[in-house]
Amino acid sequence: MDMAVTYAENRPAAGRRWWDTMERLLPKLVLAPTTVAGLVFIYGFVLWTAWISFTRSSLLPKYDLAGFHQYLKLFTSERWWVASKNLLIFGTLFVTICIVIGLLLAILLDQRIRIEGALRTIYLYPMALSFIVTGTAWKWILNPGLGLERLVHQMGFSGFTFDWLVNPKMSIYTVVIAGVWQSSGFVMALFLAGLRGIDDAIIKAAQVDGASLPRIYRCIVIPSLRPVFFSAVIILAHIAIKSFDLVVVLTRGGPGYASDLPATFMYAFAFTRNQLGFGAASAMVMLGAVMAIIVPYLYSELRHKRNG
Amino acid sequence: MNRKRLGLAVMVGLLVGLVAVSALAGEVEVLHWWTSGGEARSVAVLKKLLEQEGHTWKDFAVAGGAGDNAMTVLRSRVVSGNPPTAAQVKGPQIQQWGDEGVLTNLDAVAQAGNWDNLLPKVVADVMKYQDHYVAVPVNVHRINWMWCNPEVFRKAGAKIPTTWKAFDEAAAKIQKAGMIPVAMGGQNWQEATLFESIVVGVGGPEFYHKTMVAADPAALQSPKMVECLKILKNIKQYTDRDAPGRDWNLATAMVINGKAAMQFMGDWAKGEFIAAGKSNGVDYVAVPVPQSSGEFLFNVDSFIMFQVADKGAQEAQQAMARLIMEPRFQEVFNVNKGSIPCRLGMSRAAFDDVALRSMDEFASAAASGALLPSMAHEMAVVPAIRGAMFDVITNYYNSDMKAEQAAKSLASAVKAAI
Repeated sequence: MDMAVTYAENRPAAGRRWWDTMERLLPKLVLAPTTVAGLVFIYGFVLWTAWISFTRSSLLPKYDLAGFHQYLKLFTSERWWVASKNLLIFGTLFVTICIVIGLLLAILLDQRIRIEGALRTIYLYPMALSFIVTGTAWKWILNPGLGLERLVHQMGFSGFTFDWLVNPKMSIYTVVIAGVWQSSGFVMALFLAGLRGIDDAIIKAAQVDGASLPRIYRCIVIPSLRPVFFSAVIILAHIAIKSFDLVVVLTRGGPGYASDLPATFMYAFAFTRNQLGFGAASAMVMLGAVMAIIVPYLYSELRHKRNG
Repeated sequence: MNRKRLGLAVMVGLLVGLVAVSALAGEVEVLHWWTSGGEARSVAVLKKLLEQEGHTWKDFAVAGGAGDNAMTVLRSRVVSGNPPTAAQVKGPQIQQWGDEGVLTNLDAVAQAGNWDNLLPKVVADVMKYQDHYVAVPVNVHRINWMWCNPEVFRKAGAKIPTTWKAFDEAAAKIQKAGMIPVAMGGQNWQEATLFESIVVGVGGPEFYHKTMVAADPAALQSPKMVECLKILKNIKQYTDRDAPGRDWNLATAMVINGKAAMQFMGDWAKGEFIAAGKSNGVDYVAVPVPQSSGEFLFNVDSFIMFQVADKGAQEAQQAMARLIMEPRFQEVFNVNKGSIPCRLGMSRAAFDDVALRSMDEFASAAASGALLPSMAHEMAVVPAIRGAMFDVITNYYNSDMKAEQAAKSLASAVKAAI
């Protein structure tokens, strides 16, 4: 009898204890494979690439260290500097223009207009395309003998020229055009969501106080969108840095290598020119540049949040 | 009883037969990127020949990127210690794979097949690593062809040029008549293809060898090189503005439909003319690039063979090497692909006029020392140097850089890449 009672009492307790343990362990168990995969396939391979970048690997990876040989070669390579400068131009313009257009569209759409749903969808659709499609379409539009220039000529304005795509000095800007076309709709959606999240009461209070509409936007709405700016910059910056397909399709890095980006540079050297070590070095410099920009930004933004 | 014995005998016989067959037959796994139309048909021929000998063919085609994708896959397979039986690799990259110590020796097949006498020495040398055959050549393409639309020349009252001076006159006339003299594809390899054809024509075989094969910095910045670079840049004014980024076959199409007068391209352009139903000598004419009629820049595709552990696979590998060099494969494959056989002295019946002229030039250039490996098509220098040359050539062609400066940076870029 006694035994039975203890047993009956113990069983639920043991069960609960087992369940508690499970509850503590389960998230860890479920997350463990992803964590391991992340560690190996991201950080592991970053380290591997770093190692390779310090070797003279050419066709196949070799593991004998050779110091900064590849980095020295990289920094004397003219093509590398062209690619870096292009990334700077492309990155800055792409992020800025996308944010300006996105914000403007979002504010305009936020004026409680009719058919907002339809307009929003139209602006957002380019995001559904891959960069390959965008690149091909814009390649045709921007081609002087095929697209825009020819169209304007046919309309009778024969003095019109728009040859950025085939002009080595301007070709990187065509990449900006296509990139902005594709991504600004998405930024608009981000900002629109942010705008909808702002408490109407604050705006109404400002209106009661007699603030003008531009002033309300400048002093209340836009500052309160700060977290959205943060996400937009992070997302756009990483799109800019990893941009590869757009350039490959739109300009093939040309004319010459005038519109090369570090990503296409790295691919060309590591995979088509059998210079693994050199390609790895360029990849590491890219990583360093990204960290130099993103880490301080993340740090300041997140600290700001914690304090506020 | 008798019946039982007979049954047993049959079974034993079958078993023995099976064992015998399995000792001979093996599987070849072949990495290649011949996946489109005529190329795929050409590969199918090899597959059929191997299967007739009882071997099996495991296709390992990696399409795209003109072989870049395939090379990436090949690298990971070799690094993981599981190489395919054979892979489509050519030029100095054969030496790079040889350095890795993963290639097998094909000397036995080569000796039995008398390869040393059938192949021109320059071609045989490409197939050897430290004097041993490690690769089999499949075909030969001639690079320095100029494809002309005679109708356009007639309309403009111009003659098909054989020197660069005559080219200038003809191109000016064609431009005046309102047509595009040169159909150019503005991609780095197409610019380099034209450039090397200029170098071999203007500088001659010895100068070509010094600059594009040995990559000698002194020769690369010599006055002769400056002259070649000037000729290259001079051609740009005769191209249309839409050339940057254009694919080679679209440039060929411009010659086919009479928009442009000429294109500088290897003999694979012939396939485009044939596909468009044009006839050689009437609708189109193929002549050597000006001043390079005696020279032959070659592009030879080849298969390298890896060391494999399986006995059957080794057997099949040797059979594959032998079959590739045999006349029946060389003929069917090259007729399909529009190239010419790499072995000399083949029957000429199946080939068309352009191919026959190529074959004659191939033989005579081999004898005179004017048979030279193409830099633009990965036959002459390792990819690192080729890439460095490409960068300078394309940057020079597409910017306002001076020829003297381009020659200097050609030399310094090559030095940096070594």
